[in-house]
Amino acid sequence: MKSSRSYPYWFILPGGLVYLVLFLVPTVAAFWFSLTHWDLFETRFIGLDNYYQFLREPFLITGVVNTVIFGVLTSIAKSVLGLLLAVLLTSGLLGQSFLRTLIFFPVLVSTIGVGIAFAEIMHPARGMLNIGLSYFGIQGPAWLIDPNLALFSVALVDIWKGVGLATLIYIAGLATISSDYYEAARIDGATKLQMFFRITVPLVRPATVTVVTLSLIGGLRSFDIIWAMTKGGPGFSSDVLASVIYKQYQAGFYGLSTAGNIILFALVAFIVIPLTYWFNRREVDL
Amino acid sequence: MKRQQIINGVIALVIGVLIFVTPFIFIGLTAVKSAAEASQLGLSWPSEWLFWDNLVAVIQARNYMLLLAYFNSTVITVGAISLLVISAAMIGYVIQRRPSKWNGFIYALILAGLMIPPAVVPTIWLLKELHLFKTLHGMILIQVAYGLSFSVLLFRSFIASIPRDLDEAAIIDGAKPWQVFFKVILPLLKPVTVTVILVQSVTIFNDFTNPLYYLPGKDNVTVQLTLYNFQSQFSSQMNLLFMNILLVTIPPLIMFIFFNKQIVKGMTAGAVKG
Repeated sequence: MKSSRSYPYWFILPGGLVYLVLFLVPTVAAFWFSLTHWDLFETRFIGLDNYYQFLREPFLITGVVNTVIFGVLTSIAKSVLGLLLAVLLTSGLLGQSFLRTLIFFPVLVSTIGVGIAFAEIMHPARGMLNIGLSYFGIQGPAWLIDPNLALFSVALVDIWKGVGLATLIYIAGLATISSDYYEAARIDGATKLQMFFRITVPLVRPATVTVVTLSLIGGLRSFDIIWAMTKGGPGFSSDVLASVIYKQYQAGFYGLSTAGNIILFALVAFIVIPLTYWFNRREVDL
Repeated sequence: MKRQQIINGVIALVIGVLIFVTPFIFIGLTAVKSAAEASQLGLSWPSEWLFWDNLVAVIQARNYMLLLAYFNSTVITVGAISLLVISAAMIGYVIQRRPSKWNGFIYALILAGLMIPPAVVPTIWLLKELHLFKTLHGMILIQVAYGLSFSVLLFRSFIASIPRDLDEAAIIDGAKPWQVFFKVILPLLKPVTVTVILVQSVTIFNDFTNPLYYLPGKDNVTVQLTLYNFQSQFSSQMNLLFMNILLVTIPPLIMFIFFNKQIVKGMTAGAVKG
């Protein structure tokens, strides 16, 4: 009763209005526009034709499949590497705070800048990466030129850029685990490996939830890094939904582009929501 | 420190530097080379240092486009962050202090903002209807809309740690709700405000996708758009392209040097509680 006067709802209005008009309204409108043939000149209702087209056209299907591959792959890699690096960088290693800083810095750097630089680093013949590999007697692949490899090469750079954030989240998570558990395990004669899998992995779960969810949402939506490095090429081999949406928009197929947006939305929701639900249920079991 | 730890540390440092520093050395060296040398893409030492020449050439390119880009990006970042901080703090304050049956619905909307990819073409249509398309203030409002969820969550969890007694004392003294917020609460939010400012300014300054869609045209270029455009223009002048990358990397580097701890805190906020 009193709280309604002390904490008036109009405080929500300024931000809420911007959010409503520029985010919620377009999101809802997208459902309608995705059912239309929409270009510069006209908007005509065509039912589910845009969605059928997404299922029929091979290059559009590639985009959907690549989105899932890219999102899942980068998310798994970031959480596994992030946890291992976090354990390593909290073990009292020489120069560990310097290494933390080093690994984290790429998170803050412009994705476009990183993408352009790595496109040159991954040059098949003259690039630094393959020259470096040749010192070890390894013949490096054609990274971004090879259609079978391009998507994975971009994913590699995305992991390089993002693993620092995962590492820091895990370091924060590790700090909450009481050292008593390790002490007790040591007295019982547990090996380091056993301690990692029986104590660290289960107890660092909240951090895992954050890392996996954040990097999945980011990974499924990623556009900058792919656009800066390959533009979806060679051919359509590294196209993801976000780049398909942009290409269809540029080509003037607004309805088709918006349908791509809805599919991306559905993909994020169908992967992330059940996953969060599952994560939270498991937490109660423990 | 045991001997084994020192040896492991040295090995980790070497690998870490190799993987995470060499790309930046490559950027730095390429940026100061001549065009011919830069096109070799090697890590070799530049035979002559052309730092100044390249810097001037990049800044003068396309009629000082880079300066305009820095100006626009600064206006967007500063404008959006000012609005974000005030509006997000107000929302976080009310939803934290006033539990009601609406809260579940409001949280669902906030989480939607973190998860749902913005529907770009309908947004462009709407911006055109509102005469905000291709304008800096339109771009500012877009960044506010897209950054609101994250900022509200940060403010809300911080406000939870401020005792209610403070607001109640002010209310008993006859302060109006807006006075309580602006005079009592807002000054106490300084730590979380710094966090929001740092994290959002990195995000907004580095944003490429949204200006690409909502801010086309050469009058409204942003720093990231310029870099992207130079990629095709400077394909035979790798040195200038990399000088541009270097310039784009400097603002986050400066922030990182001064505010490392706060940035890390902001980006890992909520991770531990889940």
